[in-house]
Amino acid sequence: MNIIVAIKQVPDLVEGLEIDSSGKDLDREWLKFKLNEFDDHALEEALVLKEETGATVTAIALNADGIDKILFTAAAKGADRIISVTGDFGDVVSSHEAASALASVISQLDHDIVMTGVQAVDDRDGQLAVLLAHHLKMPHVSVVTGVKVNGSSATITKEYGGGMVAEFEAELPVVLGIQAASQTPRYVPVAKVRQIMRSASIEEIAAGGDSAGAGSSVSRFFKPESGGGAQMIEGSAADQAGKIVELLKEKGIK
Amino acid sequence: MSQVFVITEHINGQFEDITFEMLGKGKEVASSTGGELVAVLMGSGQKDLASQLGVADKVIYADHAELANFNPEAHSKTAAAIVAANSPKLVIAASSSMGMEIAPAISVDCNMSMIAYVSNISADGQTLVSQLYGGKMNVESAVEGNGCVACVLPGAFSGDAGQGGGSPAVEDFTAPDLSGLKIKFKQLIAPDSSGVDITQQGILVSVGRGIQNADNLPMVEELAAKIGGAISCSRPIVDNKWLPKSRQVGKSGLKVKPKFYLALGISGAPEHIEGMKDAELIIAVNSDPNAPIFDYAHYGVVGDLFDIIPELTGKL
Ligand SMILES: Cc1cc2nc3c(=O)[nH]c(=O)nc-3n(C[C@H](O)[C@H](O)[C@H](O)COP(=O)(O)OP(=O)(O)OC[C@H]3O[C@@H](n4cnc5c(N)ncnc54)[C@H](O)[C@@H]3O)c2cc1C
Ligand SMILES: Nc1ncnc2c1ncn2[C@@H]1O[C@H](COP(=O)(O)O)[C@@H](O)[C@H]1O
Repeated sequence: MNIIVAIKQVPDLVEGLEIDSSGKDLDREWLKFKLNEFDDHALEEALVLKEETGATVTAIALNADGIDKILFTAAAKGADRIISVTGDFGDVVSSHEAASALASVISQLDHDIVMTGVQAVDDRDGQLAVLLAHHLKMPHVSVVTGVKVNGSSATITKEYGGGMVAEFEAELPVVLGIQAASQTPRYVPVAKVRQIMRSASIEEIAAGGDSAGAGSSVSRFFKPESGGGAQMIEGSAADQAGKIVELLKEKGIK
Repeated sequence: MSQVFVITEHINGQFEDITFEMLGKGKEVASSTGGELVAVLMGSGQKDLASQLGVADKVIYADHAELANFNPEAHSKTAAAIVAANSPKLVIAASSSMGMEIAPAISVDCNMSMIAYVSNISADGQTLVSQLYGGKMNVESAVEGNGCVACVLPGAFSGDAGQGGGSPAVEDFTAPDLSGLKIKFKQLIAPDSSGVDITQQGILVSVGRGIQNADNLPMVEELAAKIGGAISCSRPIVDNKWLPKSRQVGKSGLKVKPKFYLALGISGAPEHIEGMKDAELIIAVNSDPNAPIFDYAHYGVVGDLFDIIPELTGKL
């Protein structure tokens, strides 16, 4: 069985976000990037399935600054193949563009399950999993929290609101948008990543076909009104705690 | 704008709140552009649900056994077929578990653009605002070309404007060929209802990833006990299996409306906000002064929860 996991890096939100001089993008100069947390869950679920079924796991990403580290980390975690899709990608790649570029490469690879994170914090024009599925003309299930492979099919759980879950039986191949892996994504020490960088190599495959645009353009970025609602409580931790207790008394809560 | 389509959502025979929020916004755009509001309803033997969609000018109803329960394959095929047959300029879908499968399908299959996490739509339907980067940035997009699918965030629009109204004509739509589906619906599994029901609690002490690891939970539990409330949490705490799913607040967890909600180390991602923004009193503690949670909290404390919690527990 072949599992392909599409992964990407996103800005680390722990950093303050600033708008660049064009007003239409983040100021990328000081941004730190990290693997999209939901892609990390997708990779984890693929690795769990590998352990259960002996599947081959391929991690694939569009080429970008810093992607090599992300791909080598995937290899260090247990991905068998790592692929960087090359092409003329800008700083910002729309989900539609990513879907068509990834589909052009994934369609050439053996695949029983294609997975990616359910969403990413920068998916302005939609989440990748379902876009990718429709480019690949494959069925999809997104917001997935469980995958059990039984021969040529898989039992898949999908989450709704209120803790409600639906169970589906999917004939493979299928595209999945992973919300949460069945276990916390594994951690690999940097030393192991360094080691794998000496033995593993990244395959480069050029994106084919004509890439779709997003069909919309960004007119501006603007910050939500910061502290819009909240009245800030200042002072030392003791002062702040004291004021919270006062407030609770005042409002008859405590 | 010729037509505004709304993809309605229902589960267990009941419309989700977001359906009326979408209809309300859709009505506004349709009215201001001199267009028609069309509600898309998919189901099996559920045509009578259309009577609740009175705000719409028309309901298009597709009936098929495979549409009895949401099926990502059947519903996205059917929705795309309905949209393709009508070519509306704006399709409003929900940023929900169902909508996230339907909207991108329409976008690709009908060659329309798509905008996700939409928190606002201009009256002419051409300018959309998305909440990106975990709620830390708003991005305004201008739609070009063929029409757009907007995936709107639950809670972004009032549901009142989407309620009531007249009795729109219901037009039957023959579902596309749904034989040989690769995805089969098996069952709906209701959440485990044993233990504390956080939706019934007056006070919730809610903890997020800022707590760092499960070993730090006892101090939160101690605080909750002192304050007379229950402990609830954001999604990563449940994904890490530090607390059971029944404690999760938000989009895929529970919607809560306590008298007092204390958010500790929770950033305030839209999926979390969806579940708690209607709490009567929200106080947030976060080390990041730019955390979006402060936009929804009534009172904010910028600080280290590891300092605040013991102080608070000590003073109660
Ligand atoms: C389909 C879908 C459904 C989802 N459903 C839900 C849902 O139901 N509920 C939900 O919560 N999420 C949900 N999410 C996930 C959501 O997108 C966020 O990932 C999640 O809410 C983040 O949780 P958090 O705020 O605890 O973590 P983070 O975003 O990592 O925030 C942690 C915060 O803690 C602060 N912090 C760190 N250390 C300290 C400290 N010492 N003192 C004080 N503050 C500190 C940080 O500044 C940060 O703001 C869903 C996502 C998807 C895709
Ligand atoms: N003890 C702390 N005090 C203040 N801020 C913290 C603390 N721990 C974590 N943070 C902030 O939260 C971010 C996310 O933490 P982590 O979940 O450990 O990656 C860090 O980068 C800090 O900005």
